[in-house]
Amino acid sequence: MTNEPLKYTGFYSESPRPGILGWLLSTDHKRIGIMYLVCIVTMFLVAMCLGLALRLELIAPGPTIMGPQTYNATFTVHGIIMIFLFIIPSIPAAFGNLVLPIQIGARDVSFPKLNLLSWYCYIIGGILAVISIFAGGGAPDTGWTFYVPFSTQTTTNVNLAVTGALMLGFSSMLTGINFVTTIHRLRAEGMGWGRLPMFVWTLYSTAWIQILATPMLGITLILIVLERVFGAGLFDAARGGDPILYQHLFWIYSHPAVYIMILPGMGVISEIIPTFSRKPLFGYWAMAFSSLAIAFAGSLVWAHHMYASGMSDFAILVFSFLTFIVAIPSAIKVFNWVSTLYKGSIQLAPPMLHALAFIFNFAIGGLGGLALGAAASDIHLHDTTFVVGHFHYTMFGGTGFAFFAALHYWLPKFTGRMYNHKIAVISWGLVFVGFNVTYMAMQAVGVQGMPRRYYDYLPEFMPLNVVSTVGSWVLAIGLVMMFVNLWNGIRRGHPVGKNPWGSATLEWTIPSPPPMENFGEEDPIVTKGPYDYKGVVADEY
Amino acid sequence: MIIKGLLPMSIEHRDDTGARFGMWLFLYTEVILFSGLFILYSVGLAKFPQQFAEASHKLNIYFGTINTLVLLTSSLTIALAITAIQKNKIKLTLNLCFVTIFLAIVFLINKYFEWSAEIGHGIYPGSEHLAEMGPGITAFFNLYYFTAGLHGFHILIGGTLIAVVATLIAKGKVTSDRYTLLENSALYWHLVDLVWIFLFPLYYLIL
Repeated sequence: MTNEPLKYTGFYSESPRPGILGWLLSTDHKRIGIMYLVCIVTMFLVAMCLGLALRLELIAPGPTIMGPQTYNATFTVHGIIMIFLFIIPSIPAAFGNLVLPIQIGARDVSFPKLNLLSWYCYIIGGILAVISIFAGGGAPDTGWTFYVPFSTQTTTNVNLAVTGALMLGFSSMLTGINFVTTIHRLRAEGMGWGRLPMFVWTLYSTAWIQILATPMLGITLILIVLERVFGAGLFDAARGGDPILYQHLFWIYSHPAVYIMILPGMGVISEIIPTFSRKPLFGYWAMAFSSLAIAFAGSLVWAHHMYASGMSDFAILVFSFLTFIVAIPSAIKVFNWVSTLYKGSIQLAPPMLHALAFIFNFAIGGLGGLALGAAASDIHLHDTTFVVGHFHYTMFGGTGFAFFAALHYWLPKFTGRMYNHKIAVISWGLVFVGFNVTYMAMQAVGVQGMPRRYYDYLPEFMPLNVVSTVGSWVLAIGLVMMFVNLWNGIRRGHPVGKNPWGSATLEWTIPSPPPMENFGEEDPIVTKGPYDYKGVVADEY
Repeated sequence: MIIKGLLPMSIEHRDDTGARFGMWLFLYTEVILFSGLFILYSVGLAKFPQQFAEASHKLNIYFGTINTLVLLTSSLTIALAITAIQKNKIKLTLNLCFVTIFLAIVFLINKYFEWSAEIGHGIYPGSEHLAEMGPGITAFFNLYYFTAGLHGFHILIGGTLIAVVATLIAKGKVTSDRYTLLENSALYWHLVDLVWIFLFPLYYLIL
C-alpha cells in the first residue's frame, strides 16, 4: 500500500467539464462505464443484505425475524434488484462500456449520447424500483416474475416496480443497439472479425438478444400496467384472456435474458484463462460461434419454465428437446477453457482463481439445468429450492464470479492501482466455499421436497437450512473482505504500468488509466490476434 | 483539473451509415414490441373466431379507411421531404414536414371521434356493457383499444420527432449534405404507417 499519487491520471482529469457535471453529462464511454459500475456494485450490496435476511429467516421453521408478507416482499425486491439492476447490466453495461471500444480500437461507442441516455434510463428505473419498496401500498410481493393473476390484483406497489423494470429494459435495449452498431462500424484498421477478442464476440451475441428479446418484456410489462389501470381482463380467462399467455410472453424475454446475463461472463472468462495460462484460446471460432449458437438456441426454449402450467405434452417434449440443445454450445465452451489450460503456464492470480471457480460452479449449475430441462425430473423439482439453488449456481456462481473476476482483472487498468493479492486470494477462498455451502445445501433440501418462496417449512428440512444459512455468513464475510480490499486498492494500491498481467488485447497497450480518447492522435492499426502472446511482457508492479 | 487544447475533443466523428444501421435495429425492436400484441390477437382469434368476427363488424369501417388514406399520404409527403432536402429545396422540405405533421394530427382527431363514439356505446376496456357481451368480444375490444392506443402513442412520438427535425432544418442544422436525422425520422414514420397497414385489415376488414 502506498500514498504516492499517480503520475498519470488519464480520463479522470481530462474532461471538457469540471466536477460532478463532468461525470453526469459525460459521453465518454469510460466515465459512463465507471458510473454504471458504482451503481451496480451499490445495488449488489443492497440486494445482498436482503438475501442475507432471507437466509436468516429460514434458519428455523416459523417466523424468525420476519412474517410472511415481509418475506414475500423481501424475496421479490431481492429478485428485482439482483436481476434487473445488478446481473443484466453488470458485465455488459459496466465492463462492456469500459472495455469494448478499447478492445476494438475505437475512441468511443457509435452513439455516445444514446449511451448516456441509457445510463439515465438505468438510474430512473433504479430509483423507481427503490421508491416502490417504501411508498404507497408497500413493497411488491409478486416475485420478480410478476405472474398474473396475482400481479394484477395485489394492492402493493407493482405499478412502480413494473415501470422501473420497463425503464431498465429500455436502457438494456439501447445499449444493445449501440454495441452492435459499434462492433460493425468502429473496428480499427486490421481488426477483422477473426481478431475480435472473445469478450467482444460474447457482447455482440448478448447485444443481439437485448435487441431481439427486450421489447417483448416491454409489451408484457406495459400490459400489466394497463391491466391494473383499466381492469380489462387481458389475462383473465372469464373475460376472454389467458393467464398462461402471460407466462409465455414473460419468458419469451426472460429466458433469453438469462443468456444476456451469462454470455458476457463467459466472455470475461475467455479473456482471463488464456492470459493466465499464457496460451492462445483453444478453438477460437468454436468459441465465437458457440456464443452465437447459445444466443440463438436460448431464444427458443422459454417454455421450459412452464412444464407444470398445464401446457400440452407435445409442447413440453419440444421445449425439453430444445433445452438440451443449449447444453451443446455451453459444453463446447467449458471443454475449450479446459483445453486452453492444458499444458499452459498457469499463474494463479486472483482473476484466474475467480475464473476457475466460474468453470466449477457453472458446470454444476449447467448439469442441474439438465435435470430441470428434462420434463420427468422437472415435475418433481418444480418450484422447490432446487430451482433456486440451480439459478444461483449459474447466475451467482457463473455471472457473479465472472463479475468478480472482471473486477480483479480490469480495475487495475481503469484505476491505475493494484489491490493486495494475499487478501484477494483469502477473500476468494471464503466466497468460493461460502457460496458452495449455501447453494449446495439449498439444492439438496430442494430435492427432499422443500418448496420455494415460503417463510416457513417442515421441521425435517431444518438441518440443511441451517447449513445453508451458515454458508451465507461465510459468503458475506468473503464478499465484504473482497470489496474492502478492492476499495483499498483503488485508493492506495501500488501504481501499475500498461500491462500488469501480460495480456495481448488492445486495452493493455495504452496507459493505465486510459487517456480520454483512448489512443491519442493516431488511430491504432491492429497487426496480431487477441491471444498472440509472442513478445508480450508483463509489467512489474 | 482540466487540460484544455491538449485533446482533440473537437474531432467530429460522423458515420451516416452507422446512424442508419442503428435506426434499423431500433425499428426491429418496435416490430417485436407490437408483435406481442399480434400474438395475443392470433391466440384470441383461434379461440373465438365467431365472436371476433361479430365484434369486428361493430367497428366503423369509414373511420378506419380514412385513417389509412391519411397515413399513406403522410408517408408519401415525408418521403418527398427527403428528396426535397437532397435537392437543397429547404422551403419545400419544411412544407412537406408540416403537411406530414398536419396529417398526423388529422389521424389523431379522427381516432378521437371514432373512440368517442364507441365509448359512448359503452364499449371500452373494463366496462360493464362489454363484459355482458361475453369473453370473445371483450378480448377483441381489449386488444383493439390497447393495440390502436399503442399505435396512436407512436403517431404522437413520430409527429413530435418530425417537428423537432423541422426546427433543426429551419435552423440550418440539418442540411442537404447531412440529412440522416430526417431520413431516420422518416424511417420511423414509415414503420408507424406499416404497423397500421397490418392493424387495419386485422381489426376492420378480414373478419
